[in-house]
Parts: sequence; structure tokens; C-alpha cells
Amino acid sequence: MNIIPEITRESITQIINDGERVDGRTFDQYRGIQIETDIISKAEGSARAKIGYTQVIAGVKVSIGEPFPDTPNLGVLITNTEVLPIADPSFEPGPPNEDSVELARVVDRAIRESGMIDLEKLCIEEGRKVWMLFVDLHIIDYDGNLFDTATLAAVSALLNTKLPKTTLDDGEVIINDEIKEELVLNNKVTMSTFVKIGDKMVLDPSLEEETILDGRLSVGVTESGKICAMQKGGDKSLLKEDIFEAVNMAISKSKELIKEIDS
Amino acid sequence: MVFIIINGEGSRGDGRSFNELRSLKIESGVLKRADGSAYLEMGGNKILAAVYGPRESFIKRLLKPNTGVIRCKYNMAPFSVDDRKRPGPDRRSIEISKITAEALRPSLLLENFPHSMIDVSIEIIEAEGGTRCAGITAAAVALADAGIPMKDIVVGCAAGKVNDEIVLDLSEKEDKEGQSDVPIAIMPRTNEITLLQTDGILTEDELKLAIDLAIDGCHEISKIQKDALKKRYLSNF
Repeated sequence: MNIIPEITRESITQIINDGERVDGRTFDQYRGIQIETDIISKAEGSARAKIGYTQVIAGVKVSIGEPFPDTPNLGVLITNTEVLPIADPSFEPGPPNEDSVELARVVDRAIRESGMIDLEKLCIEEGRKVWMLFVDLHIIDYDGNLFDTATLAAVSALLNTKLPKTTLDDGEVIINDEIKEELVLNNKVTMSTFVKIGDKMVLDPSLEEETILDGRLSVGVTESGKICAMQKGGDKSLLKEDIFEAVNMAISKSKELIKEIDS
Repeated sequence: MVFIIINGEGSRGDGRSFNELRSLKIESGVLKRADGSAYLEMGGNKILAAVYGPRESFIKRLLKPNTGVIRCKYNMAPFSVDDRKRPGPDRRSIEISKITAEALRPSLLLENFPHSMIDVSIEIIEAEGGTRCAGITAAAVALADAGIPMKDIVVGCAAGKVNDEIVLDLSEKEDKEGQSDVPIAIMPRTNEITLLQTDGILTEDELKLAIDLAIDGCHEISKIQKDALKKRYLSNF
């Protein structure tokens, strides 16, 4: 343990208890959000999302593969994160650690459960050939709140994903790279992450706030204002009131985030 | 709290009513070498939990000078599911291990054990839905059996939405076919929530119903946890 974080913890908690935040934001305010799409021409879909200085690049690659045996008529969605050593001095190369696995799985859950992607439309020939979508999330700058940034990047990348047209000829799949079709999406999903510091729930934690958090809650919300994924993290407990304060705020913040994605 | 039952009773595949748990059995102190252990059966789930420590760990970088640390390992046996599971950690079990440690951590007074590690192993011998909550329930009993000082015995239970109805303790079939799953863990004395996930679409009101129902379920399971400990340590129980 380092002595500086303990002092930081006390001062940040004190400021939050007084109803303010270190960077001057209100409790329900995001840092500046920037989204750029179509940044990698070799990927079928791509986006860069920034919340404050936190930066995630999402790339969607596609390939034709076999469906899972239990879902022969559904395409495959695979979400993966790489938390790279360039993003933070403490990140180390090597196989994904549990934080990185959790991040990928929570983002995957939000996208999958929202029904955003109609996996049935990705089926080319039932039981044999389906499109596989690989959403790879590259964490390149870490300044707090990877969950929301990664979800923004993934959703934006999927929104500009284009698949080559395929036709079935005598059981053979013919790919026509000349004609690109947009991926059919039903819905959009956003994620809002809160941390509990002292007894307050605070939206969009900065790096400092994230290092001293007591509890964390990420809420995935669909475009129609329903909850589709949640994940609690952190070493301390949350009260029921904390959860519903966060859920309520996440539902209203979702509209704001969707506006950012659409613009 | 008033629940409105739309479909009436018997709407669940196994004949349970919406607020009924599967049959549950917990036994503590089942392993000889472990410092604490528990065996749990819930519906078709068979789960063993073992605790080693507090002890010094050879992985020095994980230890902290001001507090003890808890590390969990959730592992499914290859034969515990219909299609053989490849042995070793996958992404799902890595995530569950992490949230299990975070679910148990708030109850433990680890400040008493600086520079030491508590290792919790959860082995899923047979799985039938709801293993993460059942694993937490078993691990909390094993921690108590190991004599780790704690504020409360954490207990886990899930609720979810199946056939448009909010029901308690989803079975494997309900989990697969259902619309949403909300596993939680609480410290029953204060109802503080130490684990919460949601997987699937719910409205805000449905989420409220699900959490309240799961909390009720946790309190019921909590009694059985305590009985298991009494049975081991009270000769006249």
C-alpha cells in the first residue's frame, strides 16, 4: 500500500461528501464524450470512443464459420478486450487478467441481451455457415470508466459495420466483396457506470475516483429504456437505494449517450 | 410487498410456485485438510467449498501490509454439465471467481490479518443453474467454519423473469429459456447487497420485484446456512 492513495482517498471522499467533485463535475455528469467512426479501413466496422481521456478503439472483423451446435440458426458474436500496457503504467502484457475478462463479458452481455444484433439475420445456411462477428476492444488510454467507453466504442463500431453480400450456390457460399450490406441492427444499448464513494453514487468515475471506490455498478440500458445488463464490482456492498438511484439515472443518461452515438 | 401472480401456481416446469426455492441442503466441515469447508446441494447442483488460511502466500505481490486479502477460485468439473467442459479456467469462471471474492469480501474483517491470504475454492461437482449464487452461499459457510471473523454470513440467491413472470431461484431450464436473470448476494443482517448482476431485459419495476424476491430467498437460505453451522458445532442441536 502506498501512503499517497490514503490521503487522496480522504480528500476525494471529503469533497464528494460536500457535494462536489475534484474535477468540478456534478454527480450525474459525464466528462466530454467523443466518438469517431470508420477509422480503420481494413476492419468491417470500427470506432474510437473517448470519455475524458479514456480511450478505446473498437474494431469489428467478420468471418464465415460454423454456428454453435446448440444454436444452428444464429450467427456468432464474440467480444474480446485487450488491456494494453500502453494504457497505464501498471498494466502488464500477458494473458487477460480478471479485470479485462470482466470488462469484455459485461460489454458482451449488454450488446447480446439488448437484442441489438439480430443474430438470426447472420445465418447463411442453417447448421453449417453463419457470419461470426468479432468485436475487439483495444484499451489504449486508461483514465477511468472503461465499461462505458468500451460499450460506446463497440456499439458505434457495430453501427457502421458492413458485411459483404453472400449468396448460396449449390451448398457453396459465394462472397461478393463488391457489394457491401449494412449490418441490420434493431436497437442501441448504452452503459452507465457509477461508483459509490462515501455514501454517494457518482456517475462516470475518473481514474482517481475509480482507485478509491467502495463499490461500482454498471447498468446497461436499451434504447427503449429497459435494463438489459448489470454488474456490481468493488470490495464493499451497495444498498438497495443506491442501486435504484443508479438505475434511474442510467435510464435518463442513456438518451444523452445515444445522442452522442447518433451525431 | 404484494406480488401479483399472473399465471397462477404450477406455471413453472418443476411445479414450484413463483417464490419457492429448490430443495436445499448444506453441510459444513466436510473436508479434513481444509481449514473450513461446506457441501451444498440445491436442486440438481452439487457444490463443494473449501477455505485455506489466513496464511502467508508465496505470491508476494498479492499480499497487502494493512489488510488480508481474499482470493476465490470457481471451477466446474468437466463432468458437471451435459457437454463435457474443457478443464481449466475459461472466461466465465474467471469472471465468477472475481465477483465471488467481491461478494464475500465486505463481510470479512480482513484488517485483522495483514500480509495474509485467504484462499476460497468452489468446485462445481454438478451444475443445474444458479451455481454462482449457490457457490457463494457454500463459500460463506466454509469461511465461518474456518473461523474467519466476519460481520455476517453472506448468502446468494437469484431471481429472474421466465414466461413474463418474476420468479425465484431459476433452474437450469428456466435460466436457459428465461428472459432475464438477476443473481444477488446480500449480508442478511443489514440487507446490504454485495453481488448484483443482470442478464436480460427487465423494466425498472420488474427489477425492483426481482431484487425484493431474491432478498426474501436469501433470508430463507440464510437460516439453512446457520443450521448447518449449528449442527457442526452444537452437540445438542
